[in-house]
Amino acid sequence: MTPRQNTIGYLFAAPWLVGLLGFTLFPIVVSLLLSFCQWSGINLEFYRPGRKVAPDEEGKYIRWVGTANYRRALGGLADGAKEDFRPPRRSASGAGAARADVPPDKNVWTALKNTAYYSFLAVPLGLCVALATAMLLNQQLRGIGLFRTVFYMPHILGGVATIMMWMWVFNPTYGLFNAMLRAAARAPQQLGLLGASWQPPDWLYGQTWSKPALVIMSLWGTGAAMLIFLAALQNVPEQLYEAARVDGAGRWRQFRHVTLPQITPALFFNLVMGIIGSFQVFDTAYIMTGGEGGVNKSLLFYVLYIYQKAFHDFEFGYASALAWVLFAVILAFTLLLVRSSRWWVYYEGERR
Amino acid sequence: MKPVRDIQAGPTGGGAKSGIDPPGAEQAPAPNPQSAFRIPHSAIPGSPIRIPHSAVRNRTRRGRGFWRKAISYTILASLAAAFLFPVAWSLTASVKRLDEVYRFPPSLTVSEPQWSNYPRAVSRLPFLRFMLNTVLICVPAVAGQVLTASLAGYAFARLRWRGREVWFIVLLATMMLPGQILLIPHFLMYKSLGWVNTYKPLIVPAWLGGGAFFIFLFRQFFKGIPQGLEEAARIDGASDWQIYWRIFLPNAKPVLATVGVMSFIAHWKEFMAPLIYLSDFEKYPISLGLYMYNSLEGSWVNLLMAASVVALGPLVVLFFVAQRYFVRGMLLTGTKG
Repeated sequence: MTPRQNTIGYLFAAPWLVGLLGFTLFPIVVSLLLSFCQWSGINLEFYRPGRKVAPDEEGKYIRWVGTANYRRALGGLADGAKEDFRPPRRSASGAGAARADVPPDKNVWTALKNTAYYSFLAVPLGLCVALATAMLLNQQLRGIGLFRTVFYMPHILGGVATIMMWMWVFNPTYGLFNAMLRAAARAPQQLGLLGASWQPPDWLYGQTWSKPALVIMSLWGTGAAMLIFLAALQNVPEQLYEAARVDGAGRWRQFRHVTLPQITPALFFNLVMGIIGSFQVFDTAYIMTGGEGGVNKSLLFYVLYIYQKAFHDFEFGYASALAWVLFAVILAFTLLLVRSSRWWVYYEGERR
Repeated sequence: MKPVRDIQAGPTGGGAKSGIDPPGAEQAPAPNPQSAFRIPHSAIPGSPIRIPHSAVRNRTRRGRGFWRKAISYTILASLAAAFLFPVAWSLTASVKRLDEVYRFPPSLTVSEPQWSNYPRAVSRLPFLRFMLNTVLICVPAVAGQVLTASLAGYAFARLRWRGREVWFIVLLATMMLPGQILLIPHFLMYKSLGWVNTYKPLIVPAWLGGGAFFIFLFRQFFKGIPQGLEEAARIDGASDWQIYWRIFLPNAKPVLATVGVMSFIAHWKEFMAPLIYLSDFEKYPISLGLYMYNSLEGSWVNLLMAASVVALGPLVVLFFVAQRYFVRGMLLTGTKG
């Protein structure tokens, strides 16, 4: 490695290195420091206790508050969880949140709960849909390319325009979804299985069905996962199926004992990507609720809450702390999956 | 005993140039013989498709293939219909009269197509201005992302420099970082640089590496290009820049197309960054423009749907133009680590 080679290497990587240092590492440090401060982002000046500042102006200066932001967020998390689960054994006095000097923010729990609800429903269902479509598409049929395009396309579309379309699809009165549900309910209603006053869900206009509506919408956009499954399915060696057939395995057993183990790497990849992606949902929730978070905060997702705290309430310090809590949650899930992967993910190389 | 193969199964995985296909590049559209082999086993007991034993014995392979195909097509077609129906629903709504849109019960049919909804929707807001703005953001951002990501990818794949391995681990680590952590510091930085309410926050970061994921993609591809090409060029006296520009980039068309299309789509759909940084109405890209359209005149559902269809148009066109390369390149992202 000559100095000249060295220079050339660094020159080629220079744009990325500048971006890394200036637009990633430096902001990370700023974010970490901010998460221990209170600041509305207005005056780039540090708060000095001695100086005369009107009490309502205090937040405008950068002020070190230690772990208060985290205590506020995690305290709210603990309080919210306690209210929801009411653990019978431990009394409230033992909990750290009760002793907190900062008022706990229960919205954190609401936001995290909504996000987890969405994630744990949308990701497994999405994987099922993606795998099922991939298996259907993994056939030699005329025109299969057309079907591939149809199933993959929604992933490309996405964005505000498709969210508008789905809002209209989910309209409780004039939307197509409920029109179909009403048609489907007619027969059970005539048989008396369903009351005559039965009404289809109000989807985005209520708190119960708003998240399932988003899950249904997310199933529509599983094209990327489908494509990865498709590639994995095409990589399964044909000899394995032949061997299984010789052993008398039916289609289900072939799927269970040949296909599924062989595609676990793709499954793992899609699972991790799905969890990470679904924890960061923002656009849909913002657009469908006008940035408010929906009826009774039912669509208040975590990133939407960070956005609200940062750019509506201008609590930059607290919002930074919230972002780090999200990072911790995502990291925990990812590590959990990576750790578990050795029990269930099959890698080709290990066999040899 | 040769199973019936479908005509469609041509060597679609072609287009590979001079044997420089990286692992997994040709997997997507490549025909696989295994599904044809699987056909007979639909008759094995316990399989979802049961055929009476005597029938199995008498039936030719062609006959069973027919039923299997029929079932497959039925399932595929109904699924495709389910995938298409939201689009179809919006398309019909976009040519309905307003009173027809709000008619109960709703119906998919249109009595009189109102094609004039489209010009009306487009002229309602400075819609063309929004489209133009989006292009003004997308084109420089995509160019920067493709160029700088390929440069860094080249450095990681083919150049030898001190600390390369360490930097590569850093690169992979940044992939795990959720963007929300950078949200506020970025806002503060751009605000102090005076970039708020300009396109700079949306474009400049694209020129600084273009994202770890794309760099990784380029690296994976460049690693697969044979050493011989490079050495021959070096003997001819080509510089590193010339090797990168004249040999590696022209040979990397699938990745270039993939990164270009993915980057374009991402910037076209981008909502959060414009929402944070742009305050002037005339500077809005189409995503924000549509959002505003909805909050101002959302009750004009037919016009809103027409506007949405127009906003999606360029993406659909781009997808079909680049699909051949794109799907192959997409697979690079998932198959090889």
